[in-house]
Amino acid sequence: MSLYSFGLEPLSCHAWNKDKTQLAVSPNNNVVSIYQKNGKEWDKTQELTEHSGRITGKATTALFKRNLKTHLFKRDGVWKPTLVLVRINRAATCVKWSPLENKFALGSAARLISVCYFEKENDWWLSKHIKKAIRSTVLSLDWHPNNILLAAGSSDLDCRVFSAYIKDIEDKPGPTAWGAKMPFGELLLEQKDCGGWVHSVSFSPSGDQLALVTHSSSLVVVDAAHGKEATPLTTDRLPLMSVLYVSPTEIVAAGHDCVPYQFSYQGPGQLSFVKKLDIPKQASKGSMSAMQHFRNLDKRATDDDMNDLNALHQNSITQLRVYSGERARIEKYSSVSLDGAMVVWEFKVTVIKGCLVHRTAVK
Amino acid sequence: MSKNTVSDRFRRVDVDEYDENKFVDEEDGGENQLGPDEAEVDSLIRQGNLMEALQAVLKNPPINTKNQNVKERAEGLVLKVLSSFKSSDIEKGVQSLDKNGVDLLMKYIYKGFERPSENSSAVLLQWHEKALSAGGVGCIVRVLTARKTV
Repeated sequence: MSLYSFGLEPLSCHAWNKDKTQLAVSPNNNVVSIYQKNGKEWDKTQELTEHSGRITGKATTALFKRNLKTHLFKRDGVWKPTLVLVRINRAATCVKWSPLENKFALGSAARLISVCYFEKENDWWLSKHIKKAIRSTVLSLDWHPNNILLAAGSSDLDCRVFSAYIKDIEDKPGPTAWGAKMPFGELLLEQKDCGGWVHSVSFSPSGDQLALVTHSSSLVVVDAAHGKEATPLTTDRLPLMSVLYVSPTEIVAAGHDCVPYQFSYQGPGQLSFVKKLDIPKQASKGSMSAMQHFRNLDKRATDDDMNDLNALHQNSITQLRVYSGERARIEKYSSVSLDGAMVVWEFKVTVIKGCLVHRTAVK
Repeated sequence: MSKNTVSDRFRRVDVDEYDENKFVDEEDGGENQLGPDEAEVDSLIRQGNLMEALQAVLKNPPINTKNQNVKERAEGLVLKVLSSFKSSDIEKGVQSLDKNGVDLLMKYIYKGFERPSENSSAVLLQWHEKALSAGGVGCIVRVLTARKTV
């Protein structure tokens, strides 16, 4: 595990480039800073400022948006902007590149999802809208591994799976567990009333399961392989903000509790909490002088000198991202939080005696 | 100044009502929900069987109905049951509930806080403490985020 601090401002999102040597982070304003890894430290190499609004995500090329347009930054040593006209009349809230990176989806507060792709003939980016059934802001997006299906969590308390098949740029997809007919915009799943705003969604490596976390402190897994049955799990902790499938059965989620948690899904009705993934360091109570002892008692009614949370992050985690490992066996993932720090976590799967598979997470 | 500035009736117009994109909660036919059975609960209290009374009063919560009378009656009944428990038995009462039961109990507790009567808040606070240790902060978050509540 490693913790990097990027100042005191809350980080709203982050993204890695392909070989993980560069990281782009956005403190909660309209600047994206690109950092180059230099041994153990991160050096700021570039600041991108040409957009007016919060950055909400990117990938090998960066994406920012607000209002009517999206800036797409292409990388040639230095990041340069390209304009993408998205035609939405409210703010864009989230963005995700598809697995093959030939298109990206943009969720917005205009109650629609814009799927944008590059049209070679005219050398520009086009967008198509998905509006069906969405009744409020789209808060989160995730692509299915087949590059066609898109899951969207929204603040109308529902989670939906749409088809984002663009026939101009790709071949017709084969049937999946979610459905066989997939014209653009087709609604393949509508998971209603998940209990609260759906903050984050994540497909499993096979694409047959969909995990979502809501503001009602619960995690739900919808299983297409078993008739789209939904298995909810209510937690007794603060709401989770981000969820990530790290293996075919294990899910990592993190949020306002400032630590990542591990859950396990084995089948319909078998969703369970495994453990907290942040093992707090043993508080070494240094010797306190008598003066300090009484001063603490006076000021804070406690002689405890601990100001920090007993966890790596000191504030809510806003986003989890895959760091290394392929989709079915994530080895490392990173998290950013409102405390301005980014932490890289290791997720280890160890096999004991060849029969039992015992999973531990090591920082 | 022109005549137009005299009337200020326009300030009382609720513009949100005219918004075509207004988000409307889905209606779930709640006309049949009558709340917990008053007679059953009363008889159980009289018999001194408080655990059963607790289970009975948490049945049929009037979540989907718009009828305020039903909701108030249910809340009053729950408060009656909660007040008849001895302080030492509260913890056992909470343990006897499943996860959904604890969530529902927490909803009633907060509803009770809204309209305090003589001793109700003290009793409710004791129940709140035990329900919190059973349900955690997640339970309270669910009370806050629930769009349809008791």
